[in-house]
Amino acid sequence: MARAAVSGRLGDRLRWTTARLTDRRIESDAARTLVFEVPGWPGHLAGQHVDVRLTAEDGYSTQRSYSLASAPDGESVELTVQRVDDGEVSPYLTDELAVDDVVELRGPVGGWFVWRPEQKEPILLVGGGSGLVPLMAMIRMRRAVGSRTPFRLVYVVRSPEYQLFVSDLRGDDPGLDKTYLYTRSTPAEWPRPPGRFTASELSNAGWPPDFEPTCYVCGSTGFVETAAGLLVALGHQPGRIRTERFGSSG
Amino acid sequence: MSWRMETACFGEWGHDMPIVSRGFHGRARETRHRLPPGQYETTDFPVLSAGPTPRVNPDEWEFTIRTETGTRHSWNWAEFTALPSQTPTVDLHCVTKWSKFDTEWQGVSLDVLLEDVETSADYALVHSYGDYTTNVPLEDLLDGKAWIAYRYDGEELAPEHGGPARLLVPHLYFWKSAKWVQRIQLLDEDERGFWENIGYHDYGDPWREQRYQGD
Ligand SMILES: Cc1cc2nc3c(=O)[nH]c(=O)nc-3n(C[C@H](O)[C@H](O)[C@H](O)COP(=O)(O)OP(=O)(O)OC[C@H]3O[C@@H](n4cnc5c(N)ncnc54)[C@H](O)[C@@H]3O)c2cc1C
Repeated sequence: MARAAVSGRLGDRLRWTTARLTDRRIESDAARTLVFEVPGWPGHLAGQHVDVRLTAEDGYSTQRSYSLASAPDGESVELTVQRVDDGEVSPYLTDELAVDDVVELRGPVGGWFVWRPEQKEPILLVGGGSGLVPLMAMIRMRRAVGSRTPFRLVYVVRSPEYQLFVSDLRGDDPGLDKTYLYTRSTPAEWPRPPGRFTASELSNAGWPPDFEPTCYVCGSTGFVETAAGLLVALGHQPGRIRTERFGSSG
Repeated sequence: MSWRMETACFGEWGHDMPIVSRGFHGRARETRHRLPPGQYETTDFPVLSAGPTPRVNPDEWEFTIRTETGTRHSWNWAEFTALPSQTPTVDLHCVTKWSKFDTEWQGVSLDVLLEDVETSADYALVHSYGDYTTNVPLEDLLDGKAWIAYRYDGEELAPEHGGPARLLVPHLYFWKSAKWVQRIQLLDEDERGFWENIGYHDYGDPWREQRYQGD
């Protein structure tokens, strides 16, 4: 397990490099985990992302950001991409990109939406849909370093078919409490009917504000606005709530 | 935030050549208009300022980059103008709706200035002589997208246009190209600048018409 590079010369960190796909895994109906080999990868912090650049034969080129899903592990880097049906880039990555194909990538990017193992306070992770990805990196980092920092995860997802990292989160992580809230349909015999999540559910599944947790909220812009707003209303200090918006109000 | 800039192309010194992704076509290309939504073309050079124009003597001029941990990197005028410079030709888009095509500048790329800076910051707050500030994500200053410019149209940069030196970050609305630039503070958290505090957009992409907060 490589040590995470906390910072580096920007000239190196943000240069485009070629990443080769070495493996792909089905993560849900709509999501694939893509494993890339990135020569010279400097390591990363849990929560950081990369920018991916695709270029067509005619020179047309476009970029998107993707969170790093894995804990640092040498030159291997994992992204988990959820297909946006009418999207330009995500369907290409989930359906088209094959082992040994290359994309351009740069990073790691981001120094705010990160969890560092040195942090001692309890942690609340609130993820909506594919917003679980950087939070999963934090859970994997916690595991990788053998941290006992208390974590609570609230994962809000449409339906079981869209649920990410199901088998990975099935295992026992001592000190990690998980709450799944389904908005459209639930697994069989699930006690809670599908529906929007509420302040009291967030309150019950999270930490009391006077425990002074750091809260990480990630998902679509609309989800993040709602969840972060509820946390503030519950009494959490705005300065203790870190957010990452994946774009779209969906 | 979202980074979906198409590869900028500044001809003469060239951009790094991207590699082709097998089977990637991208979305059907609509005709690329040069005018972002809501803009009109002008051939003169309007001025947008928040107050009186500060006059800064190059002898007293100093430019500083300060990291989130407080480390400073500074250049005086002689050191700064001795750095390798570039001559970008770019289109400008002002939030007051004018656009100006093919403007010619000379300046130092932020890639050169930031090359040896140790940081994990995400944001930059750009400070000017005269206390103007503006916020820009650090990524938008990198990769051939931004310069500290000190010549315009073959001449010294006039004070009303930001001389002795201004930030030039032409892919964002022009208020982000802070005039009379003095220092850049790198930050972990975004901090609004002058116009952003009074309702202008934090990012300011003209192609998405991000003029005001909430756009
Ligand atoms: C910092 C950061 C980290 C990110 N990490 C991840 C990640 O780990 N995994 C991941 O799958 N995505 C992630 N994203 C989102 C990703 O960058 C793309 O926006 C997403 O893949 C859609 O791109 P596209 O080209 O397929 O769609 P586009 O062609 O850009 O958009 C097509 C349509 O889909 C809408 N849309 C755009 N994004 C989304 C979305 N996320 N959900 C629903 N609708 C959308 C657009 O508004 C548009 O109408 C991240 C974004 C950011 C800013």
